[in-house]
Amino acid sequence: MTNKNQQKIAVKAINTTCSYCGVGCGISATVNSELREVELSGDENHPSNYGSLCSKGSSLAETLDLSSRLLTPWVNGKKSDWHTATSLVADKFSQVIKEHGAEAVAFYGSGQLLTEDYYIANKLMKGFIGGANIDTNSRLCMSSSVAGHKRVFGSDTVPACYDDFEHAELIVLVGSNTAWCHPVLFQRIKTAKELNPSLKVVVIDPRKTATCDIADLHIPIKIGTDVALFNGLLSYLYQENAIDQTFIQQHTSGFEETIISAQNDAFNITTVAQKCQLAVHIVATFYRWFKETDKTLTLYSQGVNQSSSGTDKVSAILHCHLATGRIGKPGCGPLSLTGQPNAMGGREVGGLAHQLAAHMDFTDECIDRVQRFWQSTNMATTPGYSATELFDAINAGKIKAVWIMATNPVVSMPDADKVKQALQKCEFVVVSDCVANTDTLDLAHIKLPAAGWSEKDGTVTNSERRISRQRAILPLAGEAKPDWWILCQVAKKMGFAKSFNYQSPVEIFREHAALSGFENNEQQALRDFDISLLANISAQDYDNFQPTQWPINSENPQGKARFFAEGQFYTKTRKANFTSIQFKPPKNLPTKQWPLILNTGRVRDQWHTMTRTALAARLNQHKPEPYVEIASADALLFDLKHGQLAQLTSAWGEMFARVEITDKTPQGSVFVPIHWTAQFSSKGRVGALVNPVIDPVSKQPESKHTPISIRPYKAKWYGFIISQHPLILDGIDYTVLIKGDGYYHYELAGEKQIRNWQSHLASQLQPYSGKLSWQTYQDEKKSLLRTACFANNILQAVLILSPQSQLPERSWLSSIFTSKNSTALAPDERLALLTGKPPLGTADVGNIICACFNVGEKTILSAIKDNKLTTYQEVGKCCKAGTNCGSCVSEIKELFS
Amino acid sequence: MKLDLVVIGNGMAGMKTVEELLDSGTDKYNITVFGAEPYGNYNRIMLSPVLCGEKTINDIMINDRQWYKDNHITLHAGKDKAVVDINRAQKIVIAKDGTQIHYDRLLIATGSKPFILPIQGNNLEGVVAFRDIYDVNKMLQYCEQKKYAVVLGGGLLGLEAANGLAQRGMHVTVVHSNEVLLNRQLDKTAGHLLQLALEKRGVHFNMPARTQTLIGDDSDHITAVEFADGSSIPCDLFVMAIGVRPNMALAQSTGLYCEKGIVVTDTLQTYDPSIYAVGECIQHRNDTFGLVAPLFEQAKVCANHLSGHGMAEYKTLPSATKLKVTGINLFSLGDFHGDDESEIIRFSDPCASIYKKLVIKKNHIIGVVLYGDTADGAWYQSLLEQRINIEEMRELLIFGQRYFQAEIAAVEEV
Repeated sequence: MTNKNQQKIAVKAINTTCSYCGVGCGISATVNSELREVELSGDENHPSNYGSLCSKGSSLAETLDLSSRLLTPWVNGKKSDWHTATSLVADKFSQVIKEHGAEAVAFYGSGQLLTEDYYIANKLMKGFIGGANIDTNSRLCMSSSVAGHKRVFGSDTVPACYDDFEHAELIVLVGSNTAWCHPVLFQRIKTAKELNPSLKVVVIDPRKTATCDIADLHIPIKIGTDVALFNGLLSYLYQENAIDQTFIQQHTSGFEETIISAQNDAFNITTVAQKCQLAVHIVATFYRWFKETDKTLTLYSQGVNQSSSGTDKVSAILHCHLATGRIGKPGCGPLSLTGQPNAMGGREVGGLAHQLAAHMDFTDECIDRVQRFWQSTNMATTPGYSATELFDAINAGKIKAVWIMATNPVVSMPDADKVKQALQKCEFVVVSDCVANTDTLDLAHIKLPAAGWSEKDGTVTNSERRISRQRAILPLAGEAKPDWWILCQVAKKMGFAKSFNYQSPVEIFREHAALSGFENNEQQALRDFDISLLANISAQDYDNFQPTQWPINSENPQGKARFFAEGQFYTKTRKANFTSIQFKPPKNLPTKQWPLILNTGRVRDQWHTMTRTALAARLNQHKPEPYVEIASADALLFDLKHGQLAQLTSAWGEMFARVEITDKTPQGSVFVPIHWTAQFSSKGRVGALVNPVIDPVSKQPESKHTPISIRPYKAKWYGFIISQHPLILDGIDYTVLIKGDGYYHYELAGEKQIRNWQSHLASQLQPYSGKLSWQTYQDEKKSLLRTACFANNILQAVLILSPQSQLPERSWLSSIFTSKNSTALAPDERLALLTGKPPLGTADVGNIICACFNVGEKTILSAIKDNKLTTYQEVGKCCKAGTNCGSCVSEIKELFS
Repeated sequence: MKLDLVVIGNGMAGMKTVEELLDSGTDKYNITVFGAEPYGNYNRIMLSPVLCGEKTINDIMINDRQWYKDNHITLHAGKDKAVVDINRAQKIVIAKDGTQIHYDRLLIATGSKPFILPIQGNNLEGVVAFRDIYDVNKMLQYCEQKKYAVVLGGGLLGLEAANGLAQRGMHVTVVHSNEVLLNRQLDKTAGHLLQLALEKRGVHFNMPARTQTLIGDDSDHITAVEFADGSSIPCDLFVMAIGVRPNMALAQSTGLYCEKGIVVTDTLQTYDPSIYAVGECIQHRNDTFGLVAPLFEQAKVCANHLSGHGMAEYKTLPSATKLKVTGINLFSLGDFHGDDESEIIRFSDPCASIYKKLVIKKNHIIGVVLYGDTADGAWYQSLLEQRINIEEMRELLIFGQRYFQAEIAAVEEV
């Protein structure tokens, strides 16, 4: 048989779901599992994305390299095996439970876990260990939405769906940079707007984000004042007689008290404008549009949730939809956009410490019901610690053993340095992850290699309640195992073999589906989450399962798009609860010492703590370094220059970031992305600064509002290294690693002068390259050193150092490492190297704008100039920029000015 | 009535002066030129390419005899026409063959003589200098018949001779007293690169070394060179290239004031105001000369005065050095070592055989060494001569003029 035929046989087409945000895009993968070659495209039949993918999703195939994976269990810094490692975990957890009780152990999970994994973790903790200290990074992400839903609807129900975008006449985006954080939904809204010119888009965000590109109205609200804006809207609708009295009377309770409270809080537009620091006409326009548009959809995300009044903000939004009866009908309703691929799945199984299981809470009745279903020996009876409380309890020594799964709290938690300290102190830290190095894994006693995306097999639920299959497209790497398998091994060794004897994910899914339907009726305990129709799903049907929105039960065998058009809320009375709420300012307000507000969020091409996105070189180019956005007036005030390094300090910690002066960030606040970790930067963890303030109801941290101070970081020297090979650069104050295509790029700055750079580099590069030769440019008086290292005339590394922060451009140099990693440079290129500029006549593409097609700013600018282009569409035709995921379109548009 | 201008020396400095004078359009002189070599005027600095075989004597002739005729210049060339005396009282020059010519103005451009090391055996057959066509022809003869050449002196002339002889197939050893080649033009790094390049071309080096004795055979032909450390190497041809000394014997004998050379003023006049002097025979403000650039500048100033314009003043500028060895590019200018107050900007890429060094003082270039890539030599020279403040250009200065042209172009585009 020929080689070609063999390959043909090995190639398979598999549909799966993206591992990143809560949009839950379907992916069609063509896989050669023998060669581990994967090609991806959007699944055209998946109802969440209809074939679209964003820059992150379409780069997933570039993250499958095994070199960064955790491939075997590790015990106390040594390679181990599954038997030893799981026995140790089981023994230690059992011992701690025996000595200190079930409250002394904890699980900390993640919205990256599949529903089946999550189910097992929750069952083990709450049903058999008998504690409820299982919380998840979803606490940081949408627990305010959960709390708001439960408070108002009686259940954690998302009433709307993505199809509503195509029906809506007004879409209000609150606290959501949809363009960067949920790019495929953004494109869907944009397309809807193009097809329906009367569709208006309002963006409520303190920052003028890329999402504002499609906004008919941008409301630059003062951070944290959303409750006043929506209380004001409720008052206005009431005053204008624009409410749906019938719906209110038939399907809600508490409206009278709530409207009085809202009026007290935000009586008129002027009051609102003052509280939210907005122009009166902006508020008035928004209110008028909302009043006039029946088909109004409100999408909201972390800007709403990550707040000490997150639950109230969610409630205030829900109130406006209830009061107008705009819920559950095509084109209207509130819709929370979740951050993670399976945050919703976690909510469904009860993965948060205050939930029990399957949308049931810690009531005696429910505890009994779940106990009978699980036939558990040791049910938890009270809620456990939420995320911040959980790490506080570890810090206080109350929790002695913790198992962290698929998440990186040392980076993502508020007051992250304290989380780090807590884990350093903790007696027993188990971390299961698919990658080998994270800030959290660094502190683990036991490291367990988990299956990663491409190997995981199970289900996830997206923001619109749609359950999709995430399928294994590649065999498990090394010794890696699915999280459910790892958990079951430990459960068995802790003595719970009978209840954790699963052979495959479908068995777990069936049990999860059965529990959702167990005694789920009006007589016993009616719950929204019901997928009981799938309780007996065959393995084949599970494999072939098509994306479906829950509930999936006898009433809704094909699932259900929307909830609550006819009321029927999941409260005792089946009526929704209006709740009196008042605007409360964020907990920590700016002071003389901490005069600015730190706002945090995502960037377009990175995901969470970069463990996977940073593996895809093209995703590291858009925003290569931790940066701080600051308004020009503030920059002047704090003596900051564009491109300089700044030191940011809060009462909790400090970080360094590159200054980006932009008036898209309002005066008085700064914006810093959440992604950078100690793996990629020496001082780029913004979590260290974030105040550990939580919403009293949802326990979600106030990550969007921390008072800080900022000052220029005046290092003695600045520099960068671009190298073919990874380097260890210890003892340097500021380092950031940017992995590129064929190179490692390090940005550097420091107080302490480092002597003998060449020998430092030589000792690290020689093992890779053998004999080295150097090109050097030195101006000792100016403390300027630039050097390039060659082996056999192939460029190995370039080092640029200067006492000035202004350094040569990196883009051309990086491109050389991509294109000439095995061929010698032309003589003119070689001589130009240390200028950082191409020899005359060579194109310098500039900063990468379009990550999908790797098109640079200078390429686009010259395309515009040379061809007299006037629209971004023409730019797309000319050089492809912006024609894939489209998330760079706003940046392309800016290039026209 | 025209005045008589007599030029002693048919070399580059003298004839350049005459050319400048002709160019000035003045017609006040009957010009007579005496030359000790039997040719028209040739470009002495191109003798190296002739030795290599890259050029012929014809290629390097500047002005043939016809040119003298065309310009109504009387040329007395040849050994017999060497001037042996100047009678300043009568204003007459006297040649070896008795020719006597009156002058109103006299220009002495007698050039220099190779310095011959005063050691035993320096008069042996096979010991030559490298100064004129005669020397070149002699060396070419040896190339055809003999094997071992030893060149004394690792300066410009010595290295060019060594390269030429090696190209012609001889086994050449350069003996140099310093550990750095071209030590008056290059620093250690550049000198080392140069040495490597010449070694690749088959030139051998013995340095630092002091030559003790030249050994001859019975027929007084050189056979070996013996060094101070007792070692010796075989030798058929010994080229003295350890510098030149101003050829001032004639001037001295006529009572003109001389020190290291014929002392001249800023107007290139000797202490006898009707006698001018230019070129390698002079001493100006304590400098003597060995490179062509200042000679040409002197010629200009001298012609300016001879023509009666009388306003130019000669000022010595640092002059650039180039080595005329095909494929080896080097450039040296000014104070390339610097002092405590100067700053060094350095670029080196030994694998690509490139080295550049700029010496900066108070934001001005005072010295340059370029090896391997000399394209920007002229640009640095203009920055040095025009005393351009380089503070703003400093970061990319070492990468050359193109980066500044590009920037200027970019600004213009905007």
